[in-house]
Amino acid sequence: MSELETFRNETRSWLEANCPAEMREPIRDDDDVFWGGRNATFKNDAQKAWFEVCRDKGYTVPAWPKAYGGAGLTAPEAKVLRQEMSRIGARPPLSSFGIWMLGPALLQFGTEGQKQRFLNEIARGEIRWCQGYSEPGSGSDLVSMQTFGEDKGDHWTVNGQKIWTSYADEADWIFCLVRTDKDNKYKGITFMLFDMAGGGVTTKPILLISGNSPFCETFFDDVTVPKSYGEDCPGFVGEIGRGWDVAKYLLGHEREMISGMGGGERTAAIGTAMKRHSAKTGDELDPALRADLAMFDVDALAFTAMAEKFMDEMKSGKGHPAQPNMMKYVGTELNKRRHELMMSVGGSRSLEWDSEETGGGKPSRGWLRTKANSIEGGTSEVMLNVISKRILELPGS
Amino acid sequence: MPLYHDEDQAMLADTARGFMADEGNIAKQLRHWRDRDCPDGFGHALWKQMAEMGFTGMLVDEDDGGLGMGHVEAGIVLEEIGRNLTPSPFLTSSVLAATALKHGSNDLKGRYLPGLIAGDSVFAVAVDETAKHRPSRITTRAEKSGNGFKLTGSKSFVIQGASADMLVVAARTSGADDDDDGITLFAVPKNAANMSHDALRLVDSSMATHTKFDGVDLDGDAVIGEVDGGREVLNAMLMAGRIGAAAEGVGVAGGAMDMTVDYLKQRKQFGQLIGEFQALQHRASHLYSEVEIARAVVIKAQQLLDAGAESAELMSSVAKAKVAKTAGLSVKEGVQMHGGIGMTDEYDIGLYMKRDRALQEFLGDAYFHANRVAELSGY
Repeated sequence: MSELETFRNETRSWLEANCPAEMREPIRDDDDVFWGGRNATFKNDAQKAWFEVCRDKGYTVPAWPKAYGGAGLTAPEAKVLRQEMSRIGARPPLSSFGIWMLGPALLQFGTEGQKQRFLNEIARGEIRWCQGYSEPGSGSDLVSMQTFGEDKGDHWTVNGQKIWTSYADEADWIFCLVRTDKDNKYKGITFMLFDMAGGGVTTKPILLISGNSPFCETFFDDVTVPKSYGEDCPGFVGEIGRGWDVAKYLLGHEREMISGMGGGERTAAIGTAMKRHSAKTGDELDPALRADLAMFDVDALAFTAMAEKFMDEMKSGKGHPAQPNMMKYVGTELNKRRHELMMSVGGSRSLEWDSEETGGGKPSRGWLRTKANSIEGGTSEVMLNVISKRILELPGS
Repeated sequence: MPLYHDEDQAMLADTARGFMADEGNIAKQLRHWRDRDCPDGFGHALWKQMAEMGFTGMLVDEDDGGLGMGHVEAGIVLEEIGRNLTPSPFLTSSVLAATALKHGSNDLKGRYLPGLIAGDSVFAVAVDETAKHRPSRITTRAEKSGNGFKLTGSKSFVIQGASADMLVVAARTSGADDDDDGITLFAVPKNAANMSHDALRLVDSSMATHTKFDGVDLDGDAVIGEVDGGREVLNAMLMAGRIGAAAEGVGVAGGAMDMTVDYLKQRKQFGQLIGEFQALQHRASHLYSEVEIARAVVIKAQQLLDAGAESAELMSSVAKAKVAKTAGLSVKEGVQMHGGIGMTDEYDIGLYMKRDRALQEFLGDAYFHANRVAELSGY
């Protein structure tokens, strides 16, 4: 038996023994997701037990080094763990922007001291982070951002406003792009890390068309950000003035992550499920709707193959480095189309805004949520610009 | 297996790309034969050269004198054929007929495969009977007659039917027109009596026939596979052909796209390169995305077929439909972005549009295959 097969068997038994049955149920609402943080509460004992056993084994961040709270798994081992978890439908024990975004940035650009402190806090679910990128005047044109940190020697005094900060009202710390040099557009931004409870930070949730408020406006009034949190632990990532490099790296990482969700909901065919759904409500699929579903399934299944090819090529270094932009563009457009079709199949039932039958308006709120897919993390139009410039090498773009 | 070409396949792709660009290019083949009104619609010398390259018998088992390669390899050659719009009997002879003959007797293999491998023979496939692909309905009948059969009926869209040394004909030996069972495949030789071809030139300059069988006498040994059990052979042949046609379609889509992107970098209007206009950039980038996806689903389908996976059937229809849509988009965007010059015969982009149309229709268009995806998925 190969080492990887041994690992698979061990993982399977470990999951069997340690993952509670409740944690193998599909996630129904945001309560089912454990985000960690200073004020975190568990929904039930099962969620707590599952989180703690994973934390102790390093499985909240399996591929991170053991010294930083991970399990030090190799890429193939991490893939086996993902496969085995997905086989039994195990929920992620911990979700956070620390795991998805700040972690990878620190692993790439952080000092040893920063890794020791912040990565361990993230892995143990102690600190909940949010991301401060966009500003009211700086969406797609992010580099035009104005939030300013005035140099005060051993610290900066930060003033300005961020927008679309996900869960800022529940976060403990923020990783934040702050301009430190007004004369240098690209090389005048610093990637700062600071405590939201330190004074001068206010957050205001934004009510969205879905009726939910996952995003906030975040205001900074004379916020003090130390340049250092102790030995070898600066209050910024990378170099002062070079925060744009970190931000670009993270945006690329985010697009790669989205692109990698090949086997997930994003790419699956829906026709079969839609026929079942329609039969359940006593309806029949109109031939024209069935035809649209079939064309959708062709595109969705073809994109599944693309996602697999994309991952294979990334792993072997064969893919074009700008390919994640293409994946993000197609994947998000496809997801919007999927929810349009689901709404059409659902008919008037899918219009219900808070009925019990629809789980509190899941179909309609979910449909509205997907409209952000092709806006957040780089709009479809920006993705097409990048493809034009970097892959097709069209002039003047 | 990763979804990209391994080292041997990458080498084959380099070879095929160079060979087709040099020998199979539009000026040397498509325009050459078209402008001479060639009744075959392709060049026999190129077919012979393709044999020397080892292409003609790639799918034939090694025991039968071939190279025993798979559909990924055949697809590599087909993509280059598509990119160069090369008229050749490769898809019908080396993919479709060769797949059918795998199920044939040793006698049949001995009679036909050496000629194919040597590039001396050309085969055609006669399945369609009406203007749309509908292999579930076969009305051409082969009645028992002495030791053999008497074939009566008509077929259409028989590509290179008049040039073929042998036609693989799907006929009904029992049951009703729409029955699944009761189909038999026959290898009908060129010189069979009472067979007549009405040869026509199609929009892409390829040659196809309406072929009539007016009591064609066939020996019992003309049967490919089992009498009445031909549906399975027919399905295998169609699946190989559809995945092959999809691979060729990716070549057509890629060729038209490359030409168009090049043009955007050369053509100036309003004092600037038209490729600087965002309206065109976004459309080109969208097209690029679709072509990448089409290429991915085709290699997925090829690998599944080579591995004998059950899901190859579904994925073959996904691939054929996806490529039809994508290549269609590529040639339409191509002509539009070329502007007036795209409407001229002198410029090649229009040839891509014409080839794509014919290839989309061959073995089922996007509607046929999207519907099949729904049926195979149970809705």
